[in-house]
Amino acid sequence: MREPVAAVRGGDQRRALDGATDGLSPGRSVLERPLPPVSGLCVGSMALVIVGGIWMAAHLPHRPPIGPAIGLLASGVLLLGLAVLLLFRTAPFAWAQFFLVTRWALAAYLVIAGLLEFVFVKDGTAGVTLGLLTGMLAVFALDVPMIMGFTVARYQEHQE
Amino acid sequence: MADIVVTDPHGSGAVQAPGPPVVPAFQIVPLRGLPVVGLILIGLVATVVTGTKWPLDFYHVVGGGLWTGIDLFVGFVVGPILGRLSVPARIEFTTRFMPKMVLIMPTLVVCTLAGGWQLARVSGTLVAGNPLHGWIVASFIVVGVMAVVALGFLEPANIAVLFELRKARPNPEVVARLMRRFVYAAGVTGAMQVATLVIMTRVAS
Repeated sequence: MREPVAAVRGGDQRRALDGATDGLSPGRSVLERPLPPVSGLCVGSMALVIVGGIWMAAHLPHRPPIGPAIGLLASGVLLLGLAVLLLFRTAPFAWAQFFLVTRWALAAYLVIAGLLEFVFVKDGTAGVTLGLLTGMLAVFALDVPMIMGFTVARYQEHQE
Repeated sequence: MADIVVTDPHGSGAVQAPGPPVVPAFQIVPLRGLPVVGLILIGLVATVVTGTKWPLDFYHVVGGGLWTGIDLFVGFVVGPILGRLSVPARIEFTTRFMPKMVLIMPTLVVCTLAGGWQLARVSGTLVAGNPLHGWIVASFIVVGVMAVVALGFLEPANIAVLFELRKARPNPEVVARLMRRFVYAAGVTGAMQVATLVIMTRVAS
């Protein structure tokens, strides 16, 4: 298949935008659409559980003080829950693309989180420590697909 | 795969015609690479199960070396070049480069982290009180920052730009915004990789 290409030069986005006549979609609506801060909340959630994971890992093989770890995990869950709540109150939204990306990313990150969980179990981590690490891995494995799905879907046209 | 007809900005002969940018056909996740990734991960699991030092070293050093090298190269060499390319060139490069990164980087990261964790356990540096424990914790922090930047900003931008380029009429401003995010995030992870080099060479000395 051979098709022509518009003469759009790098660093000349204004011309590119003005170049609807060049066949480039102006698509301003997807850039100006007001959306809840789903990515920001999920990134915050991910950062909290990563800090929690580092806190736990820094104390191994001893059991770390679990108060901070529980606080970080709970905060991570809270931010993720808020992101989900805000997202599902958003309408209209490109749900098909969101679920397409989220589903596959979730499959990939469940494998990655599963591998890390396997390493912890193999090393004899157990009890509350393992429970907290599992919770953090679960939040991590949900945060990343949410961020990916939302980032892709926010630039898609609405699907009513 | 579709051919690309790139308009020559200097007018040296290529046909210039109005229309949307030509985007070569591509897969967002290159399916041909999945068996290779599967084999690498099976090898990683086998290595963790056996706990033998040499394969752990191999996974950690090879994975980490490639991860660091690619991050530095993309962040400080490819990124700035990419930002100065014409949009058609950027599109062509992106559609050939980014799908490979979707498979390569997560695989390298998992191999490096799982191999490194086990290596630290086997060598005793994971234990609080070990003289190198502080450096290991510092490496956790560096990896944590990189994870937030890479998974929160870089990788989603990578995927989103590929979805945009698969549209019949990609929006150049969306592509530019996402690529800017990709390049900045790659720069930050590149800078963090310098810290990784300092820490890892100190631990290995």
